[in-house]
Amino acid sequence: METYLKISDLHKTFYPHGKPLKVLDGINLEVDKGEIFGIIGFSGAGKSTLARCINRLETSDSGSIELGGTDILKLPKKKLLQERHKIGMIFQNFNLFDSMTVYQNIAYPLQIAGVPKEQIKERVQETAELVGLTEKLKAHPGALSGGQKQRVGIARAIVTKPDFIISDEATSALDPQTTIQILDLLKEINRKYGITILMITHELDAIRYICSRMAVLEEGRITESGQVRDIFENPNSKTGELFAKVFKLLQSAELTHGGGI
Amino acid sequence: MSLLDSSLWDVIKASLDPAIWKELWGPIGETIYMTVVSSLIMLVFGLIIGILLTITNPDGLIPLKTSYTVSGWVINCLRSLPQMIMIILMIPVARLIFGKAYGTNACIIAIAASCIPMYARIVESSLLEIEKGKIEAAQAIGSNNLSIIVRILLPETLPSLIRGFTVSVISVLSMTALAGMFGAGGIGDIAVRYGYQRFQHDRLFACVYILIIMVQLIQGIGNLVSKQILKNRNLI
Repeated sequence: METYLKISDLHKTFYPHGKPLKVLDGINLEVDKGEIFGIIGFSGAGKSTLARCINRLETSDSGSIELGGTDILKLPKKKLLQERHKIGMIFQNFNLFDSMTVYQNIAYPLQIAGVPKEQIKERVQETAELVGLTEKLKAHPGALSGGQKQRVGIARAIVTKPDFIISDEATSALDPQTTIQILDLLKEINRKYGITILMITHELDAIRYICSRMAVLEEGRITESGQVRDIFENPNSKTGELFAKVFKLLQSAELTHGGGI
Repeated sequence: MSLLDSSLWDVIKASLDPAIWKELWGPIGETIYMTVVSSLIMLVFGLIIGILLTITNPDGLIPLKTSYTVSGWVINCLRSLPQMIMIILMIPVARLIFGKAYGTNACIIAIAASCIPMYARIVESSLLEIEKGKIEAAQAIGSNNLSIIVRILLPETLPSLIRGFTVSVISVLSMTALAGMFGAGGIGDIAVRYGYQRFQHDRLFACVYILIIMVQLIQGIGNLVSKQILKNRNLI
């Protein structure tokens, strides 16, 4: 397998109230091309910071991030903006633009990337169809449900046909049924276009449902990584053990209630 | 007619006399002219300064700590000047530009100078209301700072910007009344000359009605427009 994302020895320290707080403490990570890779961790483990370092929304202190052979951290500002067209990002709070219609939201990345007008219309239609939003193109995000909003978020992230999607807790604000639909959509996108997806989440079910490999993030370090099944069955870290326990609990609950994902 | 020798009821009745109102149309026009021109100047410069303050904020798009601190300090200094003192301070400036220190146009400079810093702060607080995530999303998409300002920051906070502008226009209007004391003409001039200096309280009352109506109109339009935008966006 060809490696798509390679993070080496990434460090990031914040200084809240002047005191240093190590959020990322030497992250090493490899994600293969075309796979859905999960990163799981408790809140405060550094998940979102890691996500934001990858497309440089956050400046990291040291280390390197290679994305499809490009060293992201060495890019000059202008090149970085262009590189970001190739990285889609989905957020927990959707972060849609309320002043724009659904159509305009999806078209925005294309306009920024300088795609000609005639093509924009076509691409937006095509993407809206894929995520199931053709009926809602004229609506404003304010009129949509959480699941529909995230569909717009996903459409906006994939409309430029990126190679890579960062999903930062994309399903954490959604109910279980909507979560499955959104995860199915991500799976479909991954299969159809071969887009590599990095799923950052604290939801076990989401990882189990969609990811092939995963890593556990604990206090700014990757404490274990590998096949999802192996980690759930044979955890080697504190967080991993805890998650495995919760996972087993959920499984027994599912047997009795038939619920869950 | 004066409250000194007539009853309140008689003064109120007299204040509705068409003869008085006939003389008021001119001053009303002057007041509207001063308010509109000053508000437009305030809008342009207030927006620019407000945007600059927001983006140079330490957490902003282009953090420039020194520039942010210095401009914040200058704005606070200007805002600490009472409007009347600002009018007096602007006399030489008006003379330089218009060749005279009184009149409607001269006072517009003073009004704008006094209201721009206030409006800039209001713009800043409106722009800071935007959810950080939206800016982040726009950055993740690869937008440059200019498109973030023009296409995300301003449109997303438009309803709040309109409400802030409404409040500021009302304070411009109240300042035109004050400027009336310094030869700016308009409603304030009538209120001072007739109501204060000659005890013609019927005219003073008429001025009060006009100001109340104007303020209600401005506030009403502002609320309506900002509400309509929120409604269009399905946010209320």
